[in-house]
Amino acid sequence: MTHAPSQRQRERIAYRRRQAIRSVLLAALSTAVAGTLLAVGVTGAPGWPRVKESFFNGDVAVAYFPSVLDGFWLNVRLFLVCAPVALALGLLIAVLRTLRGPVTFPVRALTAGYTYSFRGLPLIIAIYLFAFGIPGLRLQGTPDVVVLGGAAIVITYGAYLAEVFRAGIESVHPSQVAAARSLGLSHRQAMRHVVLPQAVRRVTPPLLNDIVALQKDVGLISLAGPVDAIRAAQIGVAKSGNFTPYVVAAVLFILLALPLIAITDRVTLRAARAQNAGA
Amino acid sequence: MVSRLTPLLVGGAALALATVTACSPVEDDSTSGASPSSSAADACPSGSLGTVAAGKLTIGTDDPAYEPWFSDSKPANGKGFESAVAYQVAERLGYSKDNVVWTAVTFNNAIAPGPKAFDFDINQFSITDERKQAVDFSSPYYLVRQTVITTKKSKIAGAKSLADLTGAKLGAQVGTTSYQAITDIIKPTTKPSVFNNNDDAKKALENGTVDGIVVDLPTAFYMTGAELKDGVIVGQLPQVGVPEQFGLVLDKGSKLTGCVSQAVDQLRQDGTLAVLEKTWLSDSGAPELK
Repeated sequence: MTHAPSQRQRERIAYRRRQAIRSVLLAALSTAVAGTLLAVGVTGAPGWPRVKESFFNGDVAVAYFPSVLDGFWLNVRLFLVCAPVALALGLLIAVLRTLRGPVTFPVRALTAGYTYSFRGLPLIIAIYLFAFGIPGLRLQGTPDVVVLGGAAIVITYGAYLAEVFRAGIESVHPSQVAAARSLGLSHRQAMRHVVLPQAVRRVTPPLLNDIVALQKDVGLISLAGPVDAIRAAQIGVAKSGNFTPYVVAAVLFILLALPLIAITDRVTLRAARAQNAGA
Repeated sequence: MVSRLTPLLVGGAALALATVTACSPVEDDSTSGASPSSSAADACPSGSLGTVAAGKLTIGTDDPAYEPWFSDSKPANGKGFESAVAYQVAERLGYSKDNVVWTAVTFNNAIAPGPKAFDFDINQFSITDERKQAVDFSSPYYLVRQTVITTKKSKIAGAKSLADLTGAKLGAQVGTTSYQAITDIIKPTTKPSVFNNNDDAKKALENGTVDGIVVDLPTAFYMTGAELKDGVIVGQLPQVGVPEQFGLVLDKGSKLTGCVSQAVDQLRQDGTLAVLEKTWLSDSGAPELK
């Protein structure tokens, strides 16, 4: 027996379809109006030709794209190394901070001190201290300034990420730990199998958000001397007297961030759906 | 110190203006006669210009006066590049060494608007449009060269030629002629480091994260003389980009500006300035790298 929708159901479907078409058309119209207004507002501004010439100059963009891209490769490599290391450091610090018992007080105090001070310390100063201060000690085997600058980024972001992880860990209700322990799991096992899986899932969106921020801040490595995308763009600006190289670098950074931002959005959406699954 | 921070581009713009303003008296000159001394007698009577003290030429500079521009902080001894240039200019204007009087004027006072106690002042003033609002400049007597400096322990401390520098890790301030000198002239095989300012570059040099840094010559003498503990000048690089220019400072609208510019132009044309530069800069600590 085939299913035949009732007259009322067919009306309902037709109504919904009309509503859907109507809202698509309305959205398109309002986007067109907003877009036109924006375009007219920007390109109609009295200074637009000069801004276009100095920020969106095609010839300058082509001329300095290779050097900016060359510098960008350093940013990409630095990001690919710094992000996982910072995540691992953050997780480690968060777990250490949530230890219980009087014996572990020094560990808690140290880790708390670390997250307090490095969240307060501007990254730019951390990089100065690491890249110019540590080589000044003239120790044998001092690593390259890129490594030192990367360490500054990892340690600064590790502090932020540690606090996000801690928030996740503390959001898991203590009764779950109690239940796990009563089943005979050790503290470490309870952490590993009960608390952390839930904690990490809950804080994934803010974690990824911090990673996107880190992705931009690897550009500060140029302070230490290496020529990254931002520095290459700055050199291009100095040479050409035109700001287009900055825009070229900006586009590259946005392109790098897009996949991450897309992942963040999807994870957030999925988490929201999972949360509201019963509703 | 102010002169060292002056943006190079402004200097470039000043070059165009300086040549325009400096050219006019010279052109008048060349039409009136071939001999510089006879033509100078018209507009610039030899030895009897309208100077601050009649019959004397009063020249200002700061006290203390630093090497290699002066020697032993005694401008009157004729030693050091600027002292030598000042006496040459005086001679062209018809003032013998005995008729030159030196007066101490601080750097900032010399370029401030207001009456001047000197006929001209020589103190590494770079020519800029901003300063031209307040004072007159002569034609440039020195175009600033880029210089490689390092520390005694560095592997390039004994470098004698540009070829000796190609394997070095060099650094410079972003957006400067110094950086351009590295990429256009030295062309090292290792990527140069780029810093926000010369202080960062100097720190990296002290730390040994770079083998050497490129700065302009006045900064090179200052850094190796006063700031770095064991700093040494490797040498001057060939001219590149739009160099900063040093000019003599005169009172705004001074009647002497044309005459002084003319004297400086003559010194440049007959090669005297080149000889003085070699004697007091190249042979006195900053050899030429080729």
